Amino acid sequence: MATPKAVGAPGAPAPPRSRRSVTGTRRTVAALFLLPALVLLGALVVYPIGYSVVRSFYDRSGGGFAGVDNYKALFTDDGIRTALKNNVIWVVFAPTVATALGLIFAVLTERVRWGTAFKLVVFMPMAISMLAAGIIFRLVYDQDPDKGVANAVWVGVHDTFAQASAFPKAHPGRDSPLEADGGGFITKEPVRAGVPVSLPLVGVAPDQMPGSAGKAVKARPEQGAVTGTTWQDFTRGKGVGTLGVPDPTELGYAGMRIEAVKDGKVVASAKAADDGTFTLPAAADGARLRLPAANFKEAYNGLDWLGPSLVTPSIIGSYIWMWAGFAMVLIAAGLAGVPRELLEAARVDGATEWQVFRRVTVPLLAPVLAVVAVTLMINVLKVFDLVFIIAPGSSQDDANVLALELYRKGFSEDQPGIASAIAVFLLLLVIPVMWFNVRRLRREVRR
Amino acid sequence: MRSTSSTIRTRRTVKAAATLAAGALALSLTACGGDGKSNGTDGGTGTKESDSSLALPKLNGTTLEVAAVWTGTEQANFKKVLAEFEKRTGAKITFVPAQDPIINFLGSKIAGGSPPDVAMLPQPGAVKQAADKGWAKPLGAEALAQLAKNYSQGWQDIGKVGGKQYGVYYKAANKSLIWYNAKVLANAGASEPKTWKDLLATAQTVSDSGVTPFSVGGADGWTLTDWFENVYLSQAGPEKYDQLAQHKIKWTDPSVKEALTTLAQVWGKKDWIAGGASGALQTEFPASVTQTFTGGDQPKAAMVYEGDFVQVNIADTKAKVGTDAKVFPFPAVGGTAPVVSGGDAAVVLKDSKGAQALATFLASPDAAQIQAKLGGYLSPNKNVDVSVYPNDVQRTIAKALVAAGDDFRFDMSDQAPQAFGGTPGKGEWKDLQDFLKNPSDVAGIQAKLESDAAAAYGN
Repeated sequence: MATPKAVGAPGAPAPPRSRRSVTGTRRTVAALFLLPALVLLGALVVYPIGYSVVRSFYDRSGGGFAGVDNYKALFTDDGIRTALKNNVIWVVFAPTVATALGLIFAVLTERVRWGTAFKLVVFMPMAISMLAAGIIFRLVYDQDPDKGVANAVWVGVHDTFAQASAFPKAHPGRDSPLEADGGGFITKEPVRAGVPVSLPLVGVAPDQMPGSAGKAVKARPEQGAVTGTTWQDFTRGKGVGTLGVPDPTELGYAGMRIEAVKDGKVVASAKAADDGTFTLPAAADGARLRLPAANFKEAYNGLDWLGPSLVTPSIIGSYIWMWAGFAMVLIAAGLAGVPRELLEAARVDGATEWQVFRRVTVPLLAPVLAVVAVTLMINVLKVFDLVFIIAPGSSQDDANVLALELYRKGFSEDQPGIASAIAVFLLLLVIPVMWFNVRRLRREVRR
Repeated sequence: MRSTSSTIRTRRTVKAAATLAAGALALSLTACGGDGKSNGTDGGTGTKESDSSLALPKLNGTTLEVAAVWTGTEQANFKKVLAEFEKRTGAKITFVPAQDPIINFLGSKIAGGSPPDVAMLPQPGAVKQAADKGWAKPLGAEALAQLAKNYSQGWQDIGKVGGKQYGVYYKAANKSLIWYNAKVLANAGASEPKTWKDLLATAQTVSDSGVTPFSVGGADGWTLTDWFENVYLSQAGPEKYDQLAQHKIKWTDPSVKEALTTLAQVWGKKDWIAGGASGALQTEFPASVTQTFTGGDQPKAAMVYEGDFVQVNIADTKAKVGTDAKVFPFPAVGGTAPVVSGGDAAVVLKDSKGAQALATFLASPDAAQIQAKLGGYLSPNKNVDVSVYPNDVQRTIAKALVAAGDDFRFDMSDQAPQAFGGTPGKGEWKDLQDFLKNPSDVAGIQAKLESDAAAAYGN
């Protein structure tokens, strides 16, 4: 901007009156040109900020001066403290991981033939709105392995190593001879050889029974052996039927393991046949029969991605999915400006690829990396939509961040004072980062 | 993707959406059933009711604005009611679509100097707020006369603020219903329970048959508060319910302990809740309904508790209301079965002859019957002919609502300050979610509820 002094060149003896009028005009013109921008900035940026600051010192209704009460609430309210803690986690992890991934992608795509295509794919999520990304990831993290791809993969991997059992929900019905025992069930009384044992359970739906299961039959007594039946004591549409006795359509628990336990030691074991009958050797005489817990192991249901403990990392994951592409593109642009000779010189000098990357590429890219990280930091401080959409109501409190808390306080709890205080606090948090960015930018221009 | 995008959706919106679908469903049901009496509504809507005693002034040249959050079919049906009013009086009515929470929407309208003439407010708290701020105008003599004639004292009273009548409850919701998968209960040989003990027995039988008895949409806190309210209302009685709603007794009261302990008889059994507690806490309300009515003989659960608006979500499945999906009233935990309700009140914001006439009209059975015929709608108006409802399920629900007389109670969390009873992840919603996660810690949850309530009520 030309100052009036600069206009008046030294030693020019022009009449002061006309000069003043000239500068006056220039000022007016300048003001005129600046006016629209100033009005817009004032009305849309400065005034709201100013009013938020003022409002943050007033109470809920806006009528009474509250002093610093709202700011006190900021550091005593549990919800806001969680939000603050989560914001720190976000600011530390999201930009660094996104920048690191972006760097890796950028450096690697430089050397791949289909680099541009790869970049395009990685950048694609940026074209999706935060809201849509949130909806996508709400599904990705769905608890049900049939819906959520994250759990589908996790359960798939898990199940290749550990099989689920056939009777996860089986439990003793009423007046059962069995009682619970460490995840399995055990007879209350010791069994005798030659007296058939009944081990009825309920709770397995007919279409979830093993395919080989046949109609349950009462075991025949056998001398010198413990025989018995284990079956689903429930007839569809009729309930239990005859209690403790296999009814005509009831199915045997094919493949159920049975252990005979004496003084805490397994003395014999057997597997039920298709009709639910089993035979144990004479050693089982006087033992209690146990259906071990392995029979009843629940199907593995995957991780609780959106549960209280994993929800924040999960959402950060979705954020990185979106923004790693952005980091990659900026870093790739910076990479294009790195003089090739330097890299080649290093290689000629015998540096390994890792050394070239670590000692040459990264230092040269440092300014770009800083810009990317700082930009992401500002972006992360105001993160709202992803958290708002992905976290289910039950863990929204655990996933809380300042921007979301601001919204909740301001619009659903009718606490505009506290909401304004959060807004001012967020502004204070962003200012140092902004200042850093502006200063860096200025240095760049000077260079 | 209603279920995923609506993490913070209030029950109002769910209900609106629900009723929308219910409307469509009800219409299609009538079409299938061929119920001669309630059929053929489309042609001459409401022309025969003109012979009623309702006297409306001539309002030629008057224009009125009505604001409500209703969308879709529900809005279309309501507009038919407004059209009838236009026909009778000659006034011209514009429907103003509002956003949730409507009280904030009205605030900005009033600040802008152009409030709608009449607004439909979904909570007693909102009516009170509107009256306290001086936005709402008391009802005139004609409207009061209609109210006195058609509404039980209870429904009149919740429209009152400081002894003055401000609201006409035009629309109601019955939130004391348990919907069940008919096939699963038949397979288990179980029957509809009348008492809490029967409910537990039924649940046990269903569980024995190999199906998880209950589906709970725990990701939305309001389904949990509704569970609690039904148990509490039936067990502790209406007086205590009112006191707790106004926070005149503490949440550490023994009656609350008893209700929570009772509730834990269902919530505390890990095999009784679809997905277990942690699964339920990630199940949103719409999914809790659909998973009960999909999966043939093996749905994820046999029963799901919620209000009449469940019909809408059932419409998303292949199940038919009345045959595959049936309903029974929430069983009596104490002496009598609870009736917890919700509703929308018409409130006059600009005191004019036209606005008062519209309030009068909405308080009359003439208006209610037009919308009742179209389905997806319940009226608390006791003079509405039950036979106009389009199907049996709807009739049962309406009968239960009217039969409750003055013993019904309005949704407690809707009466509470929003910070306690209406914010996801906060207050009562969050505390009951914690309770679902850990149903053995009754005392801890009571203490938490009390401290949250004290902060929100400011006493």
